[in-house]
Amino acid sequence: MKNKYSIFSLFKNALSYHENWQRAWKDPIPKKEYDAVIVGGGGHGLATAYYLAKKHNIHNIAVVEKGWIGGGNTGRNTTIIRSNYLWDASAGLYDHALKIWEGLSQELNYNVMFSQRGVMNLAHNLQDVRDLKRRTHANRLNGIDAVYLNTEEVKKFCPIINTSQDIRYPVLGGTLQKRAGTARHDAVAWGYARGADEMGVDIIQNCEVKGIKRNGDTVEGIETTRGFIKTKKIGVVAAGHSSVIANMAGLKLPLESKPLQALVSEPVKPIIDTVVMSNAVHAYVSQSDKGELVIGAGTDDYISYSQKGSHQIVEGTLNAILELYPIFSRMRMLRQWGGIVDICPDASPILSKTSIKGLYFNCGWGTGGFKATPGSGDLFAHTIANDEPHKLNAAFNLNRFVSGDLVDEHGAAAVAH
Amino acid sequence: MFLINCPYCGERDQQEFKAGGEAHIERPKQPTELSDDEWAEYLFMRKNIKGVQFERWNHAHGCRKWFNMVRDTSNDQIKAIYKMGEKPPSQ
Repeated sequence: MKNKYSIFSLFKNALSYHENWQRAWKDPIPKKEYDAVIVGGGGHGLATAYYLAKKHNIHNIAVVEKGWIGGGNTGRNTTIIRSNYLWDASAGLYDHALKIWEGLSQELNYNVMFSQRGVMNLAHNLQDVRDLKRRTHANRLNGIDAVYLNTEEVKKFCPIINTSQDIRYPVLGGTLQKRAGTARHDAVAWGYARGADEMGVDIIQNCEVKGIKRNGDTVEGIETTRGFIKTKKIGVVAAGHSSVIANMAGLKLPLESKPLQALVSEPVKPIIDTVVMSNAVHAYVSQSDKGELVIGAGTDDYISYSQKGSHQIVEGTLNAILELYPIFSRMRMLRQWGGIVDICPDASPILSKTSIKGLYFNCGWGTGGFKATPGSGDLFAHTIANDEPHKLNAAFNLNRFVSGDLVDEHGAAAVAH
Repeated sequence: MFLINCPYCGERDQQEFKAGGEAHIERPKQPTELSDDEWAEYLFMRKNIKGVQFERWNHAHGCRKWFNMVRDTSNDQIKAIYKMGEKPPSQ
């Protein structure tokens, strides 16, 4: 039984110099057999294991992770959470996640620092204005809070934006989702890991999957660097490496893995209390609780697994940031990194069964998976437990690339987010 | 990467080039006779290899010609470059 985190436990542990905190999760040796194995110990994978145990009463689960939990894209994103997507299917999926975020810290007894500071999307040309207005209406029809702001209202909401009309891409307006915001990405992985561990899930780190054993069209287990693990259900949540795992099972996915970069500045006093995104010039920025500006750059157009991106991508993003926020012109950047994102042709994820019985894929989140972490885990757990998708992720099946029923979110989500 | 050796212009900065994805995906010879599965395979399914991969590139801000590249996607090293229509080099 885990000790509950509270103000009293904090006080009690302070008296012993914080040296006696209980381990948040165990470091188990893999068992020979599990009822289900989740491949990938990022936020989505850990959340999947958590909800399988909590809602579907499957406790004999392993989460196998090649590196350390939360060390992939979970720890590399810019932590933005929003649900203002255009199409009904996406709105349902992402708002389901946002609703879970709103109570997640309490549910996990772990402070994920969810902060509903609002996300503002800017329009820089007339087509942007039309698209954003259309999206605002679509959002409101789906019960998602969204308002359209004119240039003055944008300036009022975030005064440091340069709204001068003589810049190359002037701000013509924007949308605002007030329920949107940010969360602490590591805490999400750690909170789900702690919760899953308490319910009996084995979190096995430094354990790379080397092969998937099949008997005809049914899975039998996985080969790993720590031995063979027998199981009837495998949920793959491997982000940029999804195609690599699919290849082991003889499957092909409609994915391309590309580097996506982000960077943070030196820490400064509070200067921007919201998240501002601009698809057209590709700049988005927020400020972490440590005071760093968190800046998201774009993806490179070539396939790469190197976790490094090109220099000109960062340069282009900073050009745009400086034109929109001249006040940042003398800031220095502290760190820059890349993550490998798995991009679907329609910029929507895949949460689906496959042609192989017992093999499930949760992938294709591309540049914007972090925001969906709790919802993705919840719906993928449902899909694995029932061998059927939940109605909220039914549209996000693998078969849509055969039927042509795509969920084309490029308009709302083609930008890194 | 950083420098790419265009088979028509010579070495140029990577910024001048645009990646065109997996190479040697052949357009269906009889499109009207294709099943939905075969269309999906042709249009959407990709090898997305971690390791040595054959791809198409375009010298977008130069001669604007297309060519092929063999590249290791795990470390971005270029192994070979050859013109469209030429046989890919054997490993």
